[in-house]
Amino acid sequence: MIQIDRRIIYLIIALSMVLPFFFQMGLPIPITKEVKDIYDYIETLTPDDVVILSGDFTPSVSPELSPMFEALFRHCLKKNVKVIAMSLFIQGPGLLAPIIQEVATDYQKVNGVDYAFMPWVVGWHIVVINMMEDITRAFPTDYYGTNISELPIFQGIHNYEDYDLVVSFTGSSAYSTWLVYGHEPYGVTLATGVTAVSAADLYPYIQSGQFIGMLGGLKGAAEYETLIDEKRMATMGMEAQNWAHVVIILFIIIGNIGYLAMGKKR
Amino acid sequence: MLWKKQIPLAITFIMGLLFGIQYFVPHRISENFFQGYLDWAVVIGIFASVLAYISFYRAHGMRIKKKAPAWPYSLIAIAMSLIMALFGFIQGREEGTVFMNMFTYVLVAIEGTMFSLLAFYIASAAYRAFRARSVQATALLLAAVIVMLGRVPLGESISFWHKIWPSLPTFTGIANWILTVPNMAAKRGMGLGIGLGIMMLSLKIVLGIERSYMGSGD
Repeated sequence: MIQIDRRIIYLIIALSMVLPFFFQMGLPIPITKEVKDIYDYIETLTPDDVVILSGDFTPSVSPELSPMFEALFRHCLKKNVKVIAMSLFIQGPGLLAPIIQEVATDYQKVNGVDYAFMPWVVGWHIVVINMMEDITRAFPTDYYGTNISELPIFQGIHNYEDYDLVVSFTGSSAYSTWLVYGHEPYGVTLATGVTAVSAADLYPYIQSGQFIGMLGGLKGAAEYETLIDEKRMATMGMEAQNWAHVVIILFIIIGNIGYLAMGKKR
Repeated sequence: MLWKKQIPLAITFIMGLLFGIQYFVPHRISENFFQGYLDWAVVIGIFASVLAYISFYRAHGMRIKKKAPAWPYSLIAIAMSLIMALFGFIQGREEGTVFMNMFTYVLVAIEGTMFSLLAFYIASAAYRAFRARSVQATALLLAAVIVMLGRVPLGESISFWHKIWPSLPTFTGIANWILTVPNMAAKRGMGLGIGLGIMMLSLKIVLGIERSYMGSGD
Protein backbone atom coordinates (compact mmCIF):
# COMPACT_ATOMS: atom_id res chain seq x y z
CA MET A 1 0.00 0.00 0.00
CA ILE A 2 2.93 2.33 0.64
CA GLN A 3 4.58 1.64 -2.70
CA ILE A 4 2.18 2.12 -5.58
CA ASP A 5 3.97 2.42 -8.92
CA ARG A 6 3.94 6.07 -9.95
CA ARG A 7 2.78 5.12 -13.46
CA ILE A 8 -0.44 3.75 -11.92
CA ILE A 9 -0.89 7.04 -10.05
CA TYR A 10 -0.38 8.99 -13.29
CA LEU A 11 -2.86 6.77 -15.14
CA ILE A 12 -5.56 7.15 -12.46
CA ILE A 13 -5.05 10.94 -12.37
CA ALA A 14 -5.25 11.10 -16.17
CA LEU A 15 -8.50 9.08 -16.18
CA SER A 16 -9.97 11.17 -13.35
CA MET A 17 -9.38 14.30 -15.41
CA VAL A 18 -10.36 13.07 -18.86
CA LEU A 19 -13.49 11.00 -18.12
CA PRO A 20 -15.49 13.82 -16.43
CA PHE A 21 -15.42 15.73 -19.71
CA PHE A 22 -17.53 12.92 -21.20
CA PHE A 23 -19.66 12.09 -18.14
CA GLN A 24 -20.78 15.33 -16.52
CA MET A 25 -22.38 15.18 -13.07
CA GLY A 26 -23.63 18.77 -13.16
CA LEU A 27 -23.05 19.44 -9.47
CA PRO A 28 -24.13 22.91 -8.29
CA ILE A 29 -21.25 25.38 -7.94
CA PRO A 30 -21.46 27.39 -4.68
CA ILE A 31 -20.73 31.08 -5.12
CA THR A 32 -18.13 32.67 -2.85
CA LYS A 33 -18.34 36.25 -1.60
CA GLU A 34 -15.13 37.34 -3.37
CA VAL A 35 -16.60 36.40 -6.76
CA LYS A 36 -20.09 37.74 -6.05
CA ASP A 37 -18.62 41.13 -5.06
CA ILE A 38 -17.06 41.56 -8.53
CA TYR A 39 -20.29 40.47 -10.22
CA ASP A 40 -22.35 42.87 -8.10
CA TYR A 41 -19.98 45.74 -8.84
CA ILE A 42 -20.19 45.20 -12.61
CA GLU A 43 -23.98 44.93 -12.31
CA THR A 44 -24.02 48.52 -11.00
CA LEU A 45 -22.11 49.87 -14.03
CA THR A 46 -23.81 51.72 -16.88
CA PRO A 47 -23.00 51.92 -20.63
CA ASP A 48 -20.96 55.09 -19.96
CA ASP A 49 -18.61 53.23 -17.64
CA VAL A 50 -15.25 51.72 -18.55
CA VAL A 51 -13.74 48.45 -17.39
CA ILE A 52 -10.13 47.54 -18.08
CA LEU A 53 -9.56 43.79 -18.39
CA SER A 54 -5.86 43.04 -18.26
CA GLY A 55 -4.97 39.44 -19.20
CA ASP A 56 -1.56 39.43 -17.55
CA PHE A 57 -0.74 35.78 -18.16
CA THR A 58 1.28 33.38 -20.27
CA PRO A 59 0.08 30.21 -22.08
CA SER A 60 1.05 27.98 -19.14
CA VAL A 61 -1.76 29.33 -16.94
CA SER A 62 -4.12 30.19 -19.77
CA PRO A 63 -6.47 27.19 -19.18
CA GLU A 64 -7.17 28.57 -15.69
CA LEU A 65 -7.28 32.28 -16.47
CA SER A 66 -8.69 32.55 -20.00
CA PRO A 67 -12.18 31.36 -18.87
CA MET A 68 -12.17 34.11 -16.21
CA PHE A 69 -11.27 36.75 -18.76
CA GLU A 70 -13.94 35.45 -21.11
CA ALA A 71 -16.63 35.36 -18.40
CA LEU A 72 -15.98 38.97 -17.32
CA PHE A 73 -15.72 40.17 -20.91
CA ARG A 74 -19.08 38.52 -21.66
CA HIS A 75 -20.66 40.12 -18.58
CA CYS A 76 -19.39 43.59 -19.52
CA LEU A 77 -20.53 43.34 -23.14
CA LYS A 78 -23.90 41.97 -22.03
CA LYS A 79 -24.27 45.06 -19.81
CA ASN A 80 -23.06 47.31 -22.68
CA VAL A 81 -20.19 48.49 -20.47
CA LYS A 82 -17.14 49.71 -22.44
CA VAL A 83 -14.13 47.42 -22.19
CA ILE A 84 -10.44 48.04 -22.76
CA ALA A 85 -8.69 44.68 -23.10
CA MET A 86 -4.93 44.54 -22.71
CA SER A 87 -2.02 42.55 -21.29
CA LEU A 88 1.18 43.40 -19.46
CA PHE A 89 2.71 40.17 -20.82
CA ILE A 90 4.14 39.86 -24.31
CA GLN A 91 2.27 36.60 -24.99
CA GLY A 92 -1.00 38.01 -23.61
CA PRO A 93 -2.46 39.70 -26.71
CA GLY A 94 -1.98 36.49 -28.74
CA LEU A 95 -3.96 34.57 -26.13
CA LEU A 96 -6.70 37.17 -25.79
CA ALA A 97 -7.25 37.90 -29.50
CA PRO A 98 -9.34 34.78 -30.31
CA ILE A 99 -11.43 35.17 -27.12
CA ILE A 100 -12.14 38.82 -27.86
CA GLN A 101 -13.10 38.05 -31.44
CA GLU A 102 -15.44 35.20 -30.43
CA VAL A 103 -17.19 37.08 -27.62
CA ALA A 104 -17.52 40.29 -29.66
CA THR A 105 -19.11 38.30 -32.51
CA ASP A 106 -21.53 36.60 -30.07
CA TYR A 107 -22.77 39.96 -28.76
CA GLN A 108 -22.41 41.80 -32.10
CA LYS A 109 -20.08 44.40 -30.64
CA VAL A 110 -17.73 46.56 -32.68
CA ASN A 111 -14.02 47.01 -32.05
CA GLY A 112 -13.15 50.62 -31.32
CA VAL A 113 -16.76 51.47 -30.47
CA ASP A 114 -17.91 49.02 -27.78
CA TYR A 115 -14.50 47.71 -26.80
CA ALA A 116 -10.83 48.28 -27.56
CA PHE A 117 -7.94 45.85 -27.69
CA MET A 118 -4.50 47.21 -26.86
CA PRO A 119 -1.10 45.85 -27.91
CA TRP A 120 1.73 44.78 -25.62
CA VAL A 121 4.03 47.58 -24.49
CA VAL A 122 7.31 47.06 -22.65
CA GLY A 123 7.51 47.66 -18.86
CA TRP A 124 4.74 46.69 -16.44
CA HIS A 125 4.81 49.69 -14.13
CA ILE A 126 5.56 52.13 -16.94
CA VAL A 127 2.43 51.00 -18.79
CA VAL A 128 0.27 51.28 -15.65
CA ILE A 129 1.60 54.73 -14.69
CA ASN A 130 1.23 56.04 -18.25
CA MET A 131 -2.31 54.66 -18.42
CA MET A 132 -3.19 56.43 -15.19
CA GLU A 133 -1.74 59.74 -16.44
CA ASP A 134 -2.79 59.62 -20.10
CA ILE A 135 -3.82 56.49 -21.99
CA THR A 136 -2.48 57.82 -25.31
CA ARG A 137 1.01 57.91 -23.78
CA ALA A 138 0.76 54.22 -22.91
CA PHE A 139 -0.88 53.11 -26.16
CA PRO A 140 -0.57 55.41 -29.16
CA THR A 141 -2.25 52.71 -31.31
CA ASP A 142 -4.53 49.74 -30.65
CA TYR A 143 -3.63 46.06 -31.30
CA TYR A 144 -4.61 46.40 -34.95
CA GLY A 145 -2.42 49.47 -35.49
CA THR A 146 -5.17 52.11 -35.54
CA ASN A 147 -4.35 55.42 -33.85
CA ILE A 148 -6.46 55.40 -30.68
CA SER A 149 -7.48 59.04 -31.18
CA GLU A 150 -9.40 57.78 -34.24
CA LEU A 151 -11.39 55.24 -32.18
CA PRO A 152 -14.80 56.50 -30.94
CA ILE A 153 -14.53 54.56 -27.66
CA PHE A 154 -11.66 56.78 -26.52
CA GLN A 155 -13.71 59.97 -26.74
CA GLY A 156 -14.08 60.64 -23.04
CA ILE A 157 -11.47 58.15 -21.87
CA HIS A 158 -8.25 59.89 -20.93
CA ASN A 159 -6.87 58.84 -17.58
CA TYR A 160 -7.53 57.15 -14.23
CA GLU A 161 -10.62 59.29 -13.57
CA ASP A 162 -12.34 57.53 -16.47
CA TYR A 163 -11.66 53.94 -15.39
CA ASP A 164 -14.45 52.46 -13.27
CA LEU A 165 -12.80 49.09 -12.68
CA VAL A 166 -9.51 47.40 -13.50
CA VAL A 167 -9.34 43.60 -13.37
CA SER A 168 -5.95 41.91 -13.64
CA PHE A 169 -5.98 38.20 -14.49
CA THR A 170 -2.63 36.75 -13.55
CA GLY A 171 -0.64 33.77 -12.39
CA SER A 172 2.21 36.01 -11.23
CA SER A 173 2.61 39.14 -9.11
CA ALA A 174 1.29 41.41 -11.89
CA TYR A 175 -1.72 42.23 -9.69
CA SER A 176 0.66 44.02 -7.32
CA THR A 177 1.80 46.30 -10.18
CA TRP A 178 -1.79 47.51 -10.54
CA LEU A 179 -2.04 47.81 -6.77
CA VAL A 180 1.18 49.78 -6.24
CA TYR A 181 1.05 52.01 -9.34
CA GLY A 182 -2.70 52.16 -10.01
CA HIS A 183 -4.75 51.81 -6.84
CA GLU A 184 -2.50 53.40 -4.23
CA PRO A 185 -1.49 56.66 -5.97
CA TYR A 186 -4.60 57.15 -8.15
CA GLY A 187 -7.34 55.31 -6.24
CA VAL A 188 -8.47 53.16 -9.17
CA THR A 189 -10.92 50.39 -8.19
CA LEU A 190 -9.27 46.98 -8.55
CA ALA A 191 -10.32 43.35 -8.77
CA THR A 192 -8.30 40.33 -9.74
CA GLY A 193 -8.46 36.82 -11.12
CA VAL A 194 -5.60 34.58 -10.08
CA THR A 195 -4.53 30.95 -10.31
CA ALA A 196 -5.75 28.70 -7.48
CA VAL A 197 -2.20 28.39 -6.17
CA SER A 198 -1.86 32.20 -5.81
CA ALA A 199 -5.33 32.79 -4.37
CA ALA A 200 -4.23 32.34 -0.75
CA ASP A 201 -1.86 35.35 -1.11
CA LEU A 202 -4.69 37.73 -2.01
CA TYR A 203 -6.94 37.55 1.05
CA PRO A 204 -5.16 40.30 3.04
CA TYR A 205 -5.67 42.73 0.12
CA ILE A 206 -9.36 41.83 -0.14
CA GLN A 207 -10.00 42.32 3.56
CA SER A 208 -8.21 45.69 3.43
CA GLY A 209 -10.47 46.73 0.53
CA GLN A 210 -7.60 47.22 -1.93
CA PHE A 211 -9.25 44.64 -4.19
CA ILE A 212 -13.04 44.59 -4.31
CA GLY A 213 -13.01 40.86 -5.08
CA MET A 214 -11.15 37.92 -6.52
CA LEU A 215 -11.69 34.99 -8.84
CA GLY A 216 -9.55 32.16 -7.50
CA GLY A 217 -8.56 29.46 -9.97
CA LEU A 218 -10.86 27.58 -12.29
CA LYS A 219 -13.51 27.51 -9.56
CA GLY A 220 -13.63 31.30 -9.54
CA ALA A 221 -14.19 31.26 -13.30
CA ALA A 222 -16.88 28.55 -12.96
CA GLU A 223 -18.62 30.60 -10.26
CA TYR A 224 -18.65 33.63 -12.53
CA GLU A 225 -19.99 31.57 -15.43
CA THR A 226 -22.78 30.41 -13.09
CA LEU A 227 -23.55 34.01 -12.08
CA ILE A 228 -23.83 35.25 -15.67
CA ASP A 229 -25.65 32.04 -16.66
CA GLU A 230 -23.11 31.16 -19.37
CA LYS A 231 -21.78 27.72 -18.42
CA ARG A 232 -18.73 27.12 -20.57
CA MET A 233 -15.17 25.80 -20.33
CA ALA A 234 -14.60 26.56 -16.62
CA THR A 235 -17.80 24.79 -15.56
CA MET A 236 -16.80 21.76 -17.64
CA GLY A 237 -13.29 21.90 -16.21
CA MET A 238 -14.63 21.93 -12.65
CA GLU A 239 -15.92 18.39 -13.13
CA ALA A 240 -12.39 17.25 -13.96
CA GLN A 241 -10.95 19.23 -11.04
CA ASN A 242 -13.59 17.70 -8.78
CA TRP A 243 -12.40 14.17 -9.44
CA ALA A 244 -8.70 15.05 -9.57
CA HIS A 245 -9.00 16.49 -6.03
CA VAL A 246 -10.89 13.41 -4.84
CA VAL A 247 -8.25 11.07 -6.32
CA ILE A 248 -5.40 13.05 -4.72
CA ILE A 249 -7.21 12.93 -1.34
CA LEU A 250 -7.67 9.17 -1.74
CA PHE A 251 -3.97 8.77 -2.48
CA ILE A 252 -3.12 10.80 0.63
CA ILE A 253 -5.42 8.56 2.72
CA ILE A 254 -3.98 5.35 1.20
CA GLY A 255 -0.43 6.60 1.74
CA ASN A 256 -1.18 7.40 5.39
CA ILE A 257 -2.89 4.08 6.06
CA GLY A 258 0.20 2.35 4.66
CA TYR A 259 2.47 4.60 6.71
CA LEU A 260 0.56 3.90 9.95
CA ALA A 261 0.48 0.15 9.23
CA MET A 262 4.24 0.15 8.64
CA GLY A 263 4.76 2.09 11.87
CA LYS A 264 2.76 -0.49 13.88
CA LYS A 265 4.72 -3.37 12.33
CA ARG A 266 7.98 -1.72 13.35
CA MET B 1 37.11 50.40 -11.90
CA LEU B 2 35.67 53.92 -12.22
CA TRP B 3 33.28 52.86 -15.01
CA LYS B 4 32.39 49.54 -13.48
CA LYS B 5 32.03 50.57 -9.85
CA GLN B 6 32.07 54.23 -8.84
CA ILE B 7 29.93 55.60 -11.68
CA PRO B 8 27.12 52.95 -11.38
CA LEU B 9 27.12 53.47 -7.60
CA ALA B 10 26.91 57.25 -8.03
CA ILE B 11 24.05 56.91 -10.59
CA THR B 12 22.15 54.59 -8.22
CA PHE B 13 22.61 56.95 -5.26
CA ILE B 14 21.67 60.13 -7.15
CA MET B 15 18.64 58.58 -8.89
CA GLY B 16 17.47 56.91 -5.67
CA LEU B 17 17.64 60.25 -3.88
CA LEU B 18 15.92 62.14 -6.73
CA PHE B 19 13.06 59.66 -7.00
CA GLY B 20 12.64 59.69 -3.22
CA ILE B 21 12.29 63.48 -3.28
CA GLN B 22 10.17 63.47 -6.44
CA TYR B 23 7.54 61.20 -4.89
CA PHE B 24 6.83 63.64 -2.07
CA VAL B 25 7.17 66.96 -3.96
CA PRO B 26 4.16 67.82 -6.17
CA HIS B 27 5.97 70.56 -8.15
CA ARG B 28 6.07 71.15 -11.93
CA ILE B 29 9.82 70.42 -12.09
CA SER B 30 9.29 67.22 -10.15
CA GLU B 31 6.45 66.15 -12.48
CA ASN B 32 8.49 66.93 -15.61
CA PHE B 33 11.36 64.90 -14.22
CA PHE B 34 9.02 61.95 -13.68
CA GLN B 35 7.53 62.24 -17.17
CA GLY B 36 11.06 62.25 -18.58
CA TYR B 37 11.78 59.08 -16.64
CA LEU B 38 8.67 57.38 -18.06
CA ASP B 39 9.82 58.09 -21.64
CA TRP B 40 13.36 56.95 -20.88
CA ALA B 41 12.13 53.78 -19.17
CA VAL B 42 10.30 52.66 -22.34
CA VAL B 43 13.47 53.21 -24.40
CA ILE B 44 15.61 51.36 -21.85
CA GLY B 45 13.05 48.55 -21.77
CA ILE B 46 13.21 48.12 -25.55
CA PHE B 47 17.00 48.02 -25.48
CA ALA B 48 16.82 45.48 -22.65
CA SER B 49 14.65 43.30 -24.92
CA VAL B 50 17.33 43.49 -27.62
CA LEU B 51 19.88 42.49 -24.99
CA ALA B 52 17.68 39.50 -24.07
CA TYR B 53 17.68 38.31 -27.71
CA ILE B 54 21.47 38.69 -27.95
CA SER B 55 21.87 36.77 -24.69
CA PHE B 56 19.49 34.03 -25.92
CA TYR B 57 21.36 33.50 -29.21
CA ARG B 58 24.74 33.72 -27.50
CA ALA B 59 23.89 31.17 -24.79
CA HIS B 60 22.38 28.66 -27.22
CA GLY B 61 25.07 29.34 -29.83
CA MET B 62 27.75 28.47 -27.28
CA ARG B 63 25.93 25.24 -26.39
CA ILE B 64 25.85 24.21 -30.06
CA LYS B 65 29.49 25.17 -30.59
CA LYS B 66 30.65 23.16 -27.56
CA LYS B 67 28.31 20.26 -28.38
CA ALA B 68 27.02 20.49 -24.80
CA PRO B 69 24.58 17.77 -23.59
CA ALA B 70 21.19 18.09 -25.37
CA TRP B 71 22.65 20.69 -27.77
CA PRO B 72 20.18 19.79 -30.58
CA TYR B 73 17.45 21.41 -28.45
CA SER B 74 19.41 24.66 -28.60
CA LEU B 75 19.47 24.36 -32.38
CA ILE B 76 15.69 23.86 -32.41
CA ALA B 77 15.21 26.86 -30.07
CA ILE B 78 17.25 29.15 -32.35
CA ALA B 79 15.65 27.82 -35.54
CA MET B 80 12.10 28.17 -34.19
CA SER B 81 12.68 31.70 -32.89
CA LEU B 82 14.02 32.76 -36.31
CA ILE B 83 11.22 31.00 -38.23
CA MET B 84 8.52 32.60 -36.06
CA ALA B 85 10.12 36.04 -36.34
CA LEU B 86 10.47 35.64 -40.12
CA PHE B 87 6.82 34.69 -40.63
CA GLY B 88 5.77 37.43 -38.22
CA PHE B 89 7.58 40.04 -40.32
CA ILE B 90 6.36 38.64 -43.66
CA GLN B 91 2.70 37.82 -42.90
CA GLY B 92 1.94 39.72 -39.71
CA ARG B 93 0.13 38.23 -36.70
CA GLU B 94 -3.51 38.13 -37.74
CA GLU B 95 -5.63 35.02 -37.23
CA GLY B 96 -4.72 32.26 -39.66
CA THR B 97 -1.16 33.42 -40.34
CA VAL B 98 1.74 30.99 -39.86
CA PHE B 99 2.97 33.06 -36.89
CA MET B 100 -0.39 32.89 -35.09
CA ASN B 101 -0.85 29.20 -35.92
CA MET B 102 2.59 28.40 -34.51
CA PHE B 103 1.79 30.49 -31.44
CA THR B 104 -1.61 28.91 -30.82
CA TYR B 105 -1.00 25.31 -31.83
CA VAL B 106 2.65 24.87 -30.83
CA LEU B 107 3.74 27.36 -28.16
CA VAL B 108 0.45 27.58 -26.22
CA ALA B 109 -0.03 23.80 -26.40
CA ILE B 110 3.53 23.08 -25.24
CA GLU B 111 3.42 25.53 -22.33
CA GLY B 112 -0.06 24.35 -21.27
CA THR B 113 1.09 20.74 -21.36
CA MET B 114 4.22 21.47 -19.32
CA PHE B 115 2.20 23.21 -16.62
CA SER B 116 -0.49 20.51 -16.57
CA LEU B 117 2.17 17.92 -15.69
CA LEU B 118 2.07 19.49 -12.24
CA ALA B 119 -1.19 17.65 -11.53
CA PHE B 120 0.57 14.30 -11.99
CA TYR B 121 3.59 15.28 -9.91
CA ILE B 122 1.41 16.73 -7.15
CA ALA B 123 -0.64 13.51 -6.96
CA SER B 124 2.49 11.38 -6.79
CA ALA B 125 4.21 13.70 -4.30
CA ALA B 126 1.09 13.96 -2.11
CA TYR B 127 0.86 10.16 -1.93
CA ARG B 128 4.56 9.78 -1.01
CA ALA B 129 5.22 12.81 1.20
CA PHE B 130 1.95 13.96 2.80
CA ARG B 131 2.22 11.88 5.97
CA ALA B 132 0.78 12.42 9.47
CA ARG B 133 4.25 12.25 11.07
CA SER B 134 3.58 14.83 13.80
CA VAL B 135 0.78 16.99 15.20
CA GLN B 136 1.80 19.89 12.93
CA ALA B 137 2.00 17.65 9.86
CA THR B 138 -1.45 16.21 10.70
CA ALA B 139 -2.92 19.72 11.06
CA LEU B 140 -1.43 20.69 7.69
CA LEU B 141 -2.74 17.50 6.12
CA LEU B 142 -6.26 18.04 7.43
CA ALA B 143 -6.28 21.68 6.34
CA ALA B 144 -5.10 20.65 2.86
CA VAL B 145 -7.80 17.98 2.52
CA ILE B 146 -10.56 20.36 3.69
CA VAL B 147 -9.39 23.14 1.35
CA MET B 148 -9.14 20.69 -1.56
CA LEU B 149 -12.70 19.51 -0.93
CA GLY B 150 -13.94 23.03 -0.27
CA ARG B 151 -12.59 24.29 -3.57
CA VAL B 152 -14.64 21.88 -5.70
CA PRO B 153 -18.46 21.49 -6.03
CA LEU B 154 -18.31 17.97 -4.61
CA GLY B 155 -17.26 19.36 -1.21
CA GLU B 156 -20.55 21.23 -0.92
CA SER B 157 -22.58 18.25 -2.11
CA ILE B 158 -21.11 15.76 0.37
CA SER B 159 -21.53 18.07 3.40
CA PHE B 160 -24.56 16.05 4.54
CA TRP B 161 -24.49 17.45 8.09
CA HIS B 162 -25.32 20.90 6.72
CA LYS B 163 -28.69 19.56 5.55
CA ILE B 164 -29.47 18.24 9.04
CA TRP B 165 -28.02 21.21 10.99
CA PRO B 166 -27.91 24.22 8.64
CA SER B 167 -25.94 26.22 11.22
CA LEU B 168 -22.93 23.93 10.73
CA PRO B 169 -20.62 24.99 7.90
CA THR B 170 -20.08 22.94 4.75
CA PHE B 171 -16.62 21.97 3.45
CA THR B 172 -16.72 25.17 1.38
CA GLY B 173 -17.48 27.21 4.50
CA ILE B 174 -14.68 25.59 6.52
CA ALA B 175 -12.24 26.02 3.61
CA ASN B 176 -13.18 29.70 3.35
CA TRP B 177 -12.63 30.13 7.08
CA ILE B 178 -9.17 28.51 6.80
CA LEU B 179 -8.29 30.84 3.92
CA THR B 180 -9.70 34.03 5.43
CA VAL B 181 -8.60 33.61 9.05
CA PRO B 182 -5.46 31.54 9.80
CA ASN B 183 -4.12 31.75 6.23
CA MET B 184 -4.70 35.49 6.03
CA ALA B 185 -3.08 36.09 9.42
CA ALA B 186 0.03 34.20 8.31
CA LYS B 187 0.10 35.89 4.89
CA ARG B 188 -0.26 39.33 6.47
CA GLY B 189 2.64 38.69 8.82
CA MET B 190 4.75 37.44 5.93
CA GLY B 191 3.68 40.41 3.79
CA LEU B 192 4.74 42.89 6.45
CA GLY B 193 8.08 41.13 6.84
CA ILE B 194 8.67 41.07 3.08
CA GLY B 195 7.66 44.75 2.80
CA LEU B 196 10.12 45.78 5.50
CA GLY B 197 12.77 43.62 3.85
CA ILE B 198 12.21 45.31 0.47
CA MET B 199 12.50 48.74 2.11
CA MET B 200 15.73 47.78 3.83
CA LEU B 201 17.19 46.27 0.66
CA SER B 202 16.21 49.33 -1.40
CA LEU B 203 17.89 51.61 1.12
CA LYS B 204 21.01 49.43 1.11
CA ILE B 205 21.16 49.52 -2.70
CA VAL B 206 20.71 53.32 -2.83
CA LEU B 207 23.40 53.82 -0.19
CA GLY B 208 25.78 51.44 -1.99
CA ILE B 209 25.91 48.89 0.84
CA GLU B 210 24.28 46.13 -1.22
CA ARG B 211 26.22 45.73 -4.48
CA SER B 212 25.48 42.20 -5.64
CA TYR B 213 23.27 43.58 -8.46
CA MET B 214 26.51 44.82 -10.09
CA GLY B 215 27.52 41.21 -10.57
CA SER B 216 31.03 41.70 -9.23
CA GLY B 217 30.57 39.58 -6.14
CA ASP B 218 31.08 42.59 -3.84
